[in-house]
Amino acid sequence: MNEQSLWAFLTARAPELWQKTLEHLVLTGVSTGLAVLIGLPLGIWITRNAVARRPVLGVVGIVQTIPSLAMLAFLLPFLGIGAKPAIVALTLYALLPIVRNTYTGLSEVAPDILEAAQGVGFTNRQQLLMVELPLAVPVIVAGVRTAAVIGVGIATLSAFIGAGGLGDFINRGLALNNTWLILLGAIPAALLALLVDAAIGLVERLLRRPQQTTPAT
Amino acid sequence: MIALENVSKSFDDGASFAVKDISLRIAEGETLVLLGSSGCGKTTTLKMINRLIEPTAGQIEVDNRNVMDVDPVELRRSIGYVFQGIGLFPHMRVADNVSIVLRLLGWPRRRRRRRANELLSLVDLDPNDYALRYPAELSGGQQQRVGVARALAADPAYLLMDEPFGALDALTRDTLQKELLQLKERLRKTIVFVTHDIVEAMVLADRIAVMHEGKVEQVGSQDEILNHPATPFVRDLFAKPAEQLSAFEEHRQ
Repeated sequence: MNEQSLWAFLTARAPELWQKTLEHLVLTGVSTGLAVLIGLPLGIWITRNAVARRPVLGVVGIVQTIPSLAMLAFLLPFLGIGAKPAIVALTLYALLPIVRNTYTGLSEVAPDILEAAQGVGFTNRQQLLMVELPLAVPVIVAGVRTAAVIGVGIATLSAFIGAGGLGDFINRGLALNNTWLILLGAIPAALLALLVDAAIGLVERLLRRPQQTTPAT
Repeated sequence: MIALENVSKSFDDGASFAVKDISLRIAEGETLVLLGSSGCGKTTTLKMINRLIEPTAGQIEVDNRNVMDVDPVELRRSIGYVFQGIGLFPHMRVADNVSIVLRLLGWPRRRRRRRANELLSLVDLDPNDYALRYPAELSGGQQQRVGVARALAADPAYLLMDEPFGALDALTRDTLQKELLQLKERLRKTIVFVTHDIVEAMVLADRIAVMHEGKVEQVGSQDEILNHPATPFVRDLFAKPAEQLSAFEEHRQ
């Protein structure tokens, strides 16, 4: 393809590229958001309930090992095609890093600090909201970051079940044996993953800042 | 007044006792030092006073109220506590650490800020310099000053101190002990102070309770304990610093 036709190709597809990118972001954003809503309480719960810890971490870990295409195909008979099964699948994949990091972040709060919180008269709820969660937030956000980046990748596959997103270009390119079309999906998807990674990484760094100089005493 | 009556604590359903049948009375305005080596039950005893640990048997009264009848959260907010590990909240600025109990008690922000500045001055930290810093930016001695200020925030009548100066170097410890003595004079708190350091006990105490293997060996003033040790353990314990001192003197020309 020469320069002129590449330019023509891109300008012709620009509106669609924009739309597919938005779809992609919505798929990832909604599923990561849902995973936070489910995973955060789950992570808090298993910090307090030692019995539930192993089974919960086990289940969200196993989900992670299911190949994404298999998962999408598995959900089809129950949820049909479109965005719904894709969001369910993406949410399930996002759970592990969020639950695990919530648990890790909370359990890494130094015992000295927890004892002090109890000793000065925090209620359990105040201790969680004012001490434990704020101290665990950088670790939790790191989990959300992993989840979102995985989500951007897997969302490419959800085009196979009609959920839209940048995977659509890849699908069509494969069907038409058109490399440019494949790249039109693949390159923006890769860039999107890097962008999401960098953006949440920045949030993470900002959150760490006040404690950066804090060695555990 | 704090009164412990026949208090015992077992962590293994009665197989062994961390604290065994101890009775103590700490009068208003008095500083009682619980002295003993690690594992003797002194910290357990201290923590039972504000229900961080609950006794297996016996009764503890603070201000003539059985602590088991008081809501533990309310009880802890009414008693200042200084921790061995200092335990400042690393994500909160010094002023917020100092006034955290006031926040829990629902004081408005402006009053909290004013009180925090007052407290920092009280422990000899210039509020203009320190109020907005994070704990990690402070030295160990400064951190524990903040710890003491935090315990004093709600102006509690009682102060529990669990080896607060144990992790500090000798010079800083000495300074903080002197300042605590001055604070004690000024504020007239009732203090229960836990330490394994005999010299620290001698310096700070109005009375000393010597603990050993979960029991109180003797309670009395420095003079009584030094000159009339009740048990061989107490005698040997207090002979130690003198021995060390003479070893020290031998090397001085």
